[in-house]
Amino acid sequence: MKKSGSESLKSINLRPFVESIIAILVGFIIGAIVLLAFGYNPWSAYYWLFQGALGSTYGIASTLKYATPIMLTALTFAIGTRTGIFNIGAEGSFYFGAIAAVIFTNIWDNMLFGLAMGMLLGALWALPAAVLKVYRGVHEVISTIMLNWIGWFFVLWLIVGPYANPNDPNKTIRIPVDARLPIIGYGLSIAIVIAVIAAVLTYFLLWHTTMGFGMRASGINQKAARYAGMNPKMAVMWSFLIGGLLSGLGGAMKIMGEGPGYAISQGGANIYGFGFDGIGVALVGRNHPLGIILSAIFFGMLRAGTALMQAQAHVPLEIIKVIQGIIVITVAIPSLYDLVKKAIHRGAA
Amino acid sequence: MDVGSVLSILITSLMAMVPIVLTSVGAAWSERAGVVSIGYEGVLLMSAFFGAIFAELTSNAVVGLLGGVFIGILLGMLHGALTVYLKGDHVIPGIGINLLAMGVVPFGILAYWGTAGQHQLPRDAQMWHWKTPYGELSPMVLVTILIALVTWWVLFKTPLGLRVRSVGENPEAADALGINVEKYRFWSTVYGHALAGLGGAFMSVDWLGLVHKTMSGGRGFIALANMVFSGWNPLVSLIGGWLFGFFDALAAWLAPKHIIPGQFILMLPYIMTLIIVAGIIGKARPPKWDGRPYKRE
Repeated sequence: MKKSGSESLKSINLRPFVESIIAILVGFIIGAIVLLAFGYNPWSAYYWLFQGALGSTYGIASTLKYATPIMLTALTFAIGTRTGIFNIGAEGSFYFGAIAAVIFTNIWDNMLFGLAMGMLLGALWALPAAVLKVYRGVHEVISTIMLNWIGWFFVLWLIVGPYANPNDPNKTIRIPVDARLPIIGYGLSIAIVIAVIAAVLTYFLLWHTTMGFGMRASGINQKAARYAGMNPKMAVMWSFLIGGLLSGLGGAMKIMGEGPGYAISQGGANIYGFGFDGIGVALVGRNHPLGIILSAIFFGMLRAGTALMQAQAHVPLEIIKVIQGIIVITVAIPSLYDLVKKAIHRGAA
Repeated sequence: MDVGSVLSILITSLMAMVPIVLTSVGAAWSERAGVVSIGYEGVLLMSAFFGAIFAELTSNAVVGLLGGVFIGILLGMLHGALTVYLKGDHVIPGIGINLLAMGVVPFGILAYWGTAGQHQLPRDAQMWHWKTPYGELSPMVLVTILIALVTWWVLFKTPLGLRVRSVGENPEAADALGINVEKYRFWSTVYGHALAGLGGAFMSVDWLGLVHKTMSGGRGFIALANMVFSGWNPLVSLIGGWLFGFFDALAAWLAPKHIIPGQFILMLPYIMTLIIVAGIIGKARPPKWDGRPYKRE
């Protein structure tokens, strides 16, 4: 227990990696039991899942496409956790990033402007929770969840109201052609490259800058950080703002980088849920930006494979969320590694 | 606004109060013992779903409600095992339970009833209500008030309650007095989740008569806000819960009137929660060992 401080300051440690792999396996095993209980064939479900995600160039491209938004929302949660807060607000910032892209690219059809405004609105939506946390002591879990709901209804109103497409009531107005993200191939845009760069920059910020050191230090021990002359309040503020900025970027890129609509679809269907999925990604990636790149690709695989799984094995795609939930609960088991090691030793003896 | 509308909003607010008060009362008890859970949102959703299945299988709403309690107990045992016995983080398992519910319920509705997202319960699986000219009222409203009263009385007026509170305020002292800290914390967590389970099943088999994949709608978190608002006091959370129920009912009454866009009305309960929590929380003090694992030296 005494070592935990220095351990979490170290950047590479294989133990959490092994624990995440165990959690993923447990998720799949319990998922198989659920499938059996409802009369589905888990083998066929999992076969088509991975076939769909990795079996073709198109599959791999869609794996990376699905990995992009959740990589960014996971970074939001991870930065929060590293500074000692549970920021559940990625979801709300994501909505605002998406609607900002729609609004501002239609004012000036410039890609960088759209991305910048997405980041700005994403960060702004995180600000109330930050202020309430720092100045009123409001627990961020409650405030960010309330802000997610308020943001959801607000963006929903913008979608059906001022920014509805007059020619297609099922969508918002589109992103102008000049402001769309360039496509690499198979429907995959450069959004994935930007997301990976964002993860690497986050890593550098947290582990190779004074500001990042201050943020992590106040996450580990607020009092100690204050005695060492750091400002934990500012650390929390920055954590919320940078977090909101990253999710806002994710929301903007979701709309600016994905055809054929380049618009927010009816009821916000294509912008909902990425913040929540990001929490799972962050926890499996152990709140480490480089771990998050890997775990986002893994969760992207799960998502990309569902279409084929649903078509070929007739399994509802919601089973993936069941598996994700189980993985997160399993990740929450402390010293999972020791428990499994003990069990293996007992089995061998 | 005429008298009839006022009465109908008041009756709806009593119904809307039930899941929030039950969850707040349960959460208050659990946090008094030192265990934080943010998984109530998921507990409400899953017990609404499984409660509906229990009610349909037996054509009995009371069995459905008890089924919800059963699911709450199971999830409470899971949370208690992770936090109390394995000394894990209190927030992460709650996130896990919420994410799990977001998968289990849509999947379950599709796999069990074959409909996407929503299922209407047959009449015989729904709770009977008192019919008034201004809306229907469930006996569960009375049960909820009773549960809040009894929980308050046990927590503040009996030796059992004293022990529970001591475990949350000063587990070292409690331990020295021979109180089994882990046992009290574990069963307090189970009680908290069981009440949320009752609240969840109430939504499906009693109040609304349907299961919807997002029917919890943030009520688990609103209940936590209400718990803070009430100062971890079950009796006060009855008042706070009714207030949130009132905004819920007001939003539902205003929505079809098209005075302002419906989305803004639907925001109302969440905005009120934020304002109330922001206004009150500076003064609120949680139990001292709330959310901290206790390890014997």
